[in-house]
Amino acid sequence: MSEPIKIRATVQGDITDIRILLQHPMETGQRKDPVSGKLVPAHFIQTFLVTANGKPLIEGQTNTAVSKNPMLAFKARGLKAGDKLVVSWIDSRGERRSDEGVVGTS
Amino acid sequence: MGNGNAIGDFGRRRFLRAGGASTAMMALAAAGLLQPVRVLATEWQRSAFTANTFPAALKAYAAAASTESREIVFSAPDIAENGAQVVVEISSNLPGSQSIAVFAEKNPMPLAATLQFANGALPQVRIPLKLAETTRVRAVVKTADGRIWHAQREIRVTLGGCAG
Repeated sequence: MSEPIKIRATVQGDITDIRILLQHPMETGQRKDPVSGKLVPAHFIQTFLVTANGKPLIEGQTNTAVSKNPMLAFKARGLKAGDKLVVSWIDSRGERRSDEGVVGTS
Repeated sequence: MGNGNAIGDFGRRRFLRAGGASTAMMALAAAGLLQPVRVLATEWQRSAFTANTFPAALKAYAAAASTESREIVFSAPDIAENGAQVVVEISSNLPGSQSIAVFAEKNPMPLAATLQFANGALPQVRIPLKLAETTRVRAVVKTADGRIWHAQREIRVTLGGCAG
């Protein structure tokens, strides 16, 4: 099972800082299992979407070159405390995850 | 590092699964998780992401010809001890910036990520990358007028990140 997406967003004046932690192994397909010595198959997030109050803010597409459990940071204008953020991803196996966060004040 | 056969096989499997990914996105939408979201681009850009040379990746992303711009601010370490986690930060001051793509020239698959911005999202991102070896990293920005811009940084990698 996939681990929850952690979302932290804080508004300061006009700008909201958005940090999302996508908990995912992001396997490249080139790493050897230290016990079996066999290659661990590629398994990585391919697309993700950040929405605020139902409107898309950021659409990302990623490859195996993004680090394991990546923390991504963005900024947006026009959000206010209490606004609802939803972050969703789909990975290379078709697995998916969606979690919610709320914009807070710093 | 990857050999041609492995990447080719990977590419074919992706092709077969491309329909599955958009079906999954529609399932999310149907479940109300993405409602009333207009999905910006549902399909993973397979040909650009699986291209295994820098020129081929740029071409597949339609960014073979671009202009260097100082309006793209690219922050990254000069030397990364651990290639498994190299945090780069890119922001664009170009008017009408719509997207940022990140390429690591010497990675087995150079295109690392693409980001599209809408509805007040500023054209900037901080993202951790795996770098296979010392390489130039290029940020490509597309603007609303159809122009393509770039900025790049050389990052020295002490320990490669592909096996990590």
